[in-house]
Amino acid sequence: MELVEAIILAVLAASTPLLIAATGELVTERSGVLNLGVEGMMIVGAACGFAGAWLTGSILIGALFGIVAGTLMSLVFALMALGLAVNQVATGLALTILGIGLSGLIGAGFVGERITPAVHLYIPGLTDMPLIGRVLFGEDGFVYFSIALIIGVWWFLYRTRAGLILRACGDNHVSAHALGYPVLRIRTFSVMFGGACAGLAGAYLPLAYTPFFIPGMTAGRGWIALALVVFASWRPGRLVVGAYLFGAVTILQLHAQGWGVGIPSQFMSALPYLATVIVLVLLSRARTGGSTAPAALGTVFVPDR
Amino acid sequence: MQAHQRMLDPTPNGLHSGESPLLQTLGLTKRYGDFLANDSIDIDIWPKEIHALLGENGAGKSTLVKAIYGLIQPSAGEIRWQGERIVLSGPSEARSRGIGMVFQHFSLFDNLTVAENVALGLDGKESFKDMSARLEQVSKTYGLPLDPRREVWQLSVGERQRIEIVRALMQDPKFLILDEPTAVLTPQEADQLFIVLERLKAEGRAILYISHKLEEVKRLCDTATILRGGKKVETCNPRLETAASLARMMVGGEIKEVKAPAGRQTTVPRLVVNDLSLAPSEAHGVRLEHISFELKGGEILGIAGVAGNGQDELFAALSGERLSRDPGTVVIEGIAAGHLSITQRRKLGAAFVPEERLGHGTAPRMRLSENALLTGHAASGMVRRGFIDTAATLKTVDRATETFDVRKAKRDPEAASLSGGNLQKFIVGREILRNPAVLVVSQPTWGVDAGAAAVIRQALLDLATAGAAVLVTSQDLDELAEIADRIAVMFHGRLSAPLATSEATREKLGLLMGGSSLEPKEAAHAVGA
Repeated sequence: MELVEAIILAVLAASTPLLIAATGELVTERSGVLNLGVEGMMIVGAACGFAGAWLTGSILIGALFGIVAGTLMSLVFALMALGLAVNQVATGLALTILGIGLSGLIGAGFVGERITPAVHLYIPGLTDMPLIGRVLFGEDGFVYFSIALIIGVWWFLYRTRAGLILRACGDNHVSAHALGYPVLRIRTFSVMFGGACAGLAGAYLPLAYTPFFIPGMTAGRGWIALALVVFASWRPGRLVVGAYLFGAVTILQLHAQGWGVGIPSQFMSALPYLATVIVLVLLSRARTGGSTAPAALGTVFVPDR
Repeated sequence: MQAHQRMLDPTPNGLHSGESPLLQTLGLTKRYGDFLANDSIDIDIWPKEIHALLGENGAGKSTLVKAIYGLIQPSAGEIRWQGERIVLSGPSEARSRGIGMVFQHFSLFDNLTVAENVALGLDGKESFKDMSARLEQVSKTYGLPLDPRREVWQLSVGERQRIEIVRALMQDPKFLILDEPTAVLTPQEADQLFIVLERLKAEGRAILYISHKLEEVKRLCDTATILRGGKKVETCNPRLETAASLARMMVGGEIKEVKAPAGRQTTVPRLVVNDLSLAPSEAHGVRLEHISFELKGGEILGIAGVAGNGQDELFAALSGERLSRDPGTVVIEGIAAGHLSITQRRKLGAAFVPEERLGHGTAPRMRLSENALLTGHAASGMVRRGFIDTAATLKTVDRATETFDVRKAKRDPEAASLSGGNLQKFIVGREILRNPAVLVVSQPTWGVDAGAAAVIRQALLDLATAGAAVLVTSQDLDELAEIADRIAVMFHGRLSAPLATSEATREKLGLLMGGSSLEPKEAAHAVGA
């Protein structure tokens, strides 16, 4: 029983940064912008988040540092890809390279330092319940926030007029412009939201996952978040399934390796990717028709004036 | 249609004395760098008026209406609304003042529902539920049925236009701009649209109607303003003009009449299609079903039909962009070619001109000589032992330029730098100069100015006279009537039996385009559909 509980807790912890980063990228891509710089924004968020927390002693301020850092990084992207209409793929890749370098620079003085990690919720009685107590009532704030975030994004995209306009920009920017919507401004805000989420997801790693900073600690999570958005066919519900599935298989294969299952470890390490791809492909095969990707995704828009 | 007494006066200003026009532009000018897209244009639009805006491509019609709708800011001049000077910050301000617009290339979102599309065109002051209810009511009132829950990609072109019109009407506009609304409609759908427009006019609204179908303008419009090269040429009463006189004002000279050369004879079958069926290659594609026809040398067969009924798929099957399992389904010059590639079909003497000029007919960023090579490499001696004969490719460009009057800035520019009409002349010329036995051409004059269109149509007739078999797909019934010997109609991937052009009335073609059969029994039930 204790082991099951520990596994579930580990799965939630491993999935949360993926879910936060992918939620941000989902909004960005729904507005028609492909920002491949998630990994770069995350790692800068991790470095700045740790710096903020170490300097002030506050996890909350650390998280805010991460959010601001991710947003600033995304503004670099917005300036290039939206303001100057540079190719989005090239800009996004460059942003990742920039982020990895920048995070090393910012974090250089903090390697080896430790902070007190984010506190977990404790409600007497509820948290002490066996099996589900700690899973439901004993998480850190990031986990609860990530769930609120994805529900909020779903509600925003499908239940509000602003969300409808954002989706319209991603479907056909020429039409959106012709109807008088400020396509570039809407996309800039979407990119900033994506950056803020990536920065927060990065900050989660040194603030809650491991209480120290090491260079390159995002370890490709930004790329996985990007892939999750695609395989979730740009739907928030499927994104949750994908993120938790990926986290679950990651943790389970670690335990399986610990138990000494006779499967090559390389294959086990690849398992989360395989499992996520297969499940999400099966999910998206059940679609009813129409295009799943935002039709204007990754295309440059220059309004004529 | 009755001509109102007061509409016979060709000078609208005289008969509305005392009132001010609903919308007025004074010296409206729009400059892009050195280019004057609109040069000091004055136009008056009165309530209860359907005002035509005529002109060739590039005459400045779109620029003018974009300025009136607030999409672009004029460089000079002013716009007056009900006598008062206005500066529009954007389309939403135009809409809030009562100016609505129906775009030529629909401003719709394929993956959103009808109701969502309409909501995006409104200001969002009412709840989505109230808006949906009002949408159903408006669409019922004007006889424009729509299902608010369907996604746009599932709808026909005619239904898509209905969304645009209903969306504009839901703002209760005083003034409605329609940009080439009938370009994609069947004659019957166009007639229904005219009934709606007449009704809107009777309700006291004004309409600015952009079209290049002159007969339609004469029938529907009270006033016409003609633009040429960014300048206003004239404002007149189209009912007092002839189609030819309107065309002269648009072009600024006589248009050469297209004439079928004498001595045309039909010879042996050169292109035969036998029971061709093909599954669609894309998610929203059309399935071709049991298509058969025979095309002899010296003959032009026209294929009519509303866009998206399988014309693109048929072109791909004929050109070899898509292969057929059964070689016998496409026979070129007596040789089964259904399984052959594009190059192999070209070697048999076939040539192809697709609908899309840029990206399909030519590679936009490549020079004309390189584009000549792209279709001429197999059979026109442009390649020797694997090396390109640059002189031969340039010679093709020069010959096409000379024969078809292609106007360009230098000898061998990039394809994308040519205007639509000139590029189309080059593409058609490139294929005709190869002396094809079979020419398959799709929308030969789509978006091409009247002068260039006449050159292209004449070239197709001359090619047929020289003995080639020509297959022309077009949505322009007048064009088909002018050049085709027989006309067949495509609907939902099926091809009707060809009618002799003399028997193919607009009514018959319209019924076929709407999916009805010409058999009296079935026709009755299909009209209601």
